[in-house]
Amino acid sequence: MNLEKVIFAFFIISAATLNFGFVIGEIDNPLHHHVWEFFAAFVVNVIATVLKFGDRTQVGATHLATSLVAILQLAVAAVVWALAPTGPDGQIDASTMTSIVSLSAGALLANIVSVVILIVETTLQRR
Amino acid sequence: MNNALLVALRRLRAPIVLIVLVFAIGIVGLVLIPGTDAQGRPWRMTIFDALYFMSYTASTIGFGEIPQAFNTAQRVWVTLVIYASVIGWAYLVAALLTLAQDRGFRAVLADSRFRRRVRALREPFYLICGFGETGALVGRALDAFAFRFVVIDVSEERVQEVDLLDLAQDVPALTGNARVPENLVAAGLARSECRGVLTLTNDDQANLAVAISVRLLNPDVPVLARAMSREAAANMVSFGADHVINPFAKFGEYLTLAIRSPGSHRLMRWLTGLPGTTLKPETAPPRGRWIVCGYGRFGSEVVRAFRGQDLDVTIVDPDETAIDGLRVVRGHGTDAATLELAGVRDAVGVVAGTDDDVANLAIAVTAREVNAEIFTVVRQSLRTNHALFDAYDADITMVSSEIIANECLAVLHTPLLGRFLDAVKREDDAWADRAIDRLQQSIGVEAPDIWKVTINEPEAPAFHDALGRPDYPVMLGDLCRDTTDRERRLECVPLLLLRGSSQSILPDESLPLQRGDEILFAGQPAARKAQRPMLLNVNVRDYAVRGIDVPGGWLWQRLTR
Repeated sequence: MNLEKVIFAFFIISAATLNFGFVIGEIDNPLHHHVWEFFAAFVVNVIATVLKFGDRTQVGATHLATSLVAILQLAVAAVVWALAPTGPDGQIDASTMTSIVSLSAGALLANIVSVVILIVETTLQRR
Repeated sequence: MNNALLVALRRLRAPIVLIVLVFAIGIVGLVLIPGTDAQGRPWRMTIFDALYFMSYTASTIGFGEIPQAFNTAQRVWVTLVIYASVIGWAYLVAALLTLAQDRGFRAVLADSRFRRRVRALREPFYLICGFGETGALVGRALDAFAFRFVVIDVSEERVQEVDLLDLAQDVPALTGNARVPENLVAAGLARSECRGVLTLTNDDQANLAVAISVRLLNPDVPVLARAMSREAAANMVSFGADHVINPFAKFGEYLTLAIRSPGSHRLMRWLTGLPGTTLKPETAPPRGRWIVCGYGRFGSEVVRAFRGQDLDVTIVDPDETAIDGLRVVRGHGTDAATLELAGVRDAVGVVAGTDDDVANLAIAVTAREVNAEIFTVVRQSLRTNHALFDAYDADITMVSSEIIANECLAVLHTPLLGRFLDAVKREDDAWADRAIDRLQQSIGVEAPDIWKVTINEPEAPAFHDALGRPDYPVMLGDLCRDTTDRERRLECVPLLLLRGSSQSILPDESLPLQRGDEILFAGQPAARKAQRPMLLNVNVRDYAVRGIDVPGGWLWQRLTR
């Protein structure tokens, strides 16, 4: 067992799980999508991206590309959230929530691809 | 993707992750800790506010715009965050500095810069493997003739010296072994702009390896290889090197020529001289008995040359071995006793040919002390010793790097010159003296620029056009007319005219030209420049050839017709 590999896999899988946790629920209901979960997903995604830097293999390049797609989607979602008008109860309206969640869902797809690559890569190694 | 960038990112992973974590924790704290607004009501930052605050604090910009004044709990947290972020940045900066000093990383950077520069070369270029004394000499001369080149050398020092040579061009140089085919490819071997490979290292095996690699990787590119022995030279020829230059064998040839026909030797040295050299007075090695000190690669070539001319030779060498029919004296030759034993008093000449420059000078000085009239031939291995050799002033000084450089240039610069020089070798002394007189009258004593003019559509459209008309005869001499005053002559002389397979040496200037003629000129660089407009522009041609100042515009041409 290799600590570096554990950390690498940990961040990739947490990026996907946190993202999934945020996205699940009714798409336009602000109560189902918590800002902290979004924040955690974003930070973990950034770290996962940094960990993927510098791998020269083809698989490494695809890995990095999926992460870049994910943080790009999440960054757009974050900007939408930061600019969103809030109602009198401090909640944002349903249509803005929908676009935030759908952008995050896109990031989730990229994260799933990343996890799939990780699993395939692991099973291909005969050790 | 850029290799250097990949390496840098991989090395900087840890500090970047640390900074991301510091940001994340800082933001979480700022949002969770309740603040108080001006009216004393509780107030919380949004995540975006916290990110904004962290961005200007953690990056030490300290912008200072905050939505509300902080309370004590927030200030405690911000203090911690500031320290944590400073540590994070310090870590990143330290990692960057370590990276910048890392030899491996710098090698990667230098390598990628080299590849980029080679890729950016859009003109024909030569590839020089081995940039020692010989390589640098060839490089300088190529630069003087405005040829581009790329350098590979194993020594990092020599690669750095490329920038110190004060060349007119920016030369891409790679530290690496030219035996590694990948390095040759990185240096542009596979590019269509690569006009030739010059492998000039002092290692015959390396030169052979380069010649083979080039033959296999890009068979169309000609190879010029340096070889220090006849066996290596034969090996290289069999592997397809186009020109193999063995400086010792070459010197043997020069020596033979100098004994047989001193004038031809002088003419040849002048025409193949490096830029900036001048016509030397004639030095004819006398006929008689010679002493050769040092019977190595150099000495054996010299002895071969002397024996080819039926001269008697005595050898002085520390390894006393019988060499068929020659007297051998054991010793170094640096002391008078050994030289006396070898008969220096009644010898006509001495060759100091060991591979030690100081010993060679000692031999030559001692020989002259005993016999003031003796003709001295001295071998100089290191060009940096030239002050000593200039001060001694031997009758002939042999510098192998210069011989190789001369030969490379003669081959690269104008292949036609080789034909002319072959002819010079065949002619006798009197002919050579006449040729020197004729050239010297027109172009002075400096080593001339040599160039080729081909009468065809792309190179000389004006003459190509004229020679297509029956009523427009052009003589060879017309090419030497000054285009500002046609009665004056340009400082150039046609050396050779090649028409189909027949050639004429030093052709008569009243010879009528034909389409497809190739003419080799020797002359001042200024003459070469002055000749070009006449080849390209029909009006300039009309003036130079017929003396008619033709009006340029269409209307005037109509009116004067």
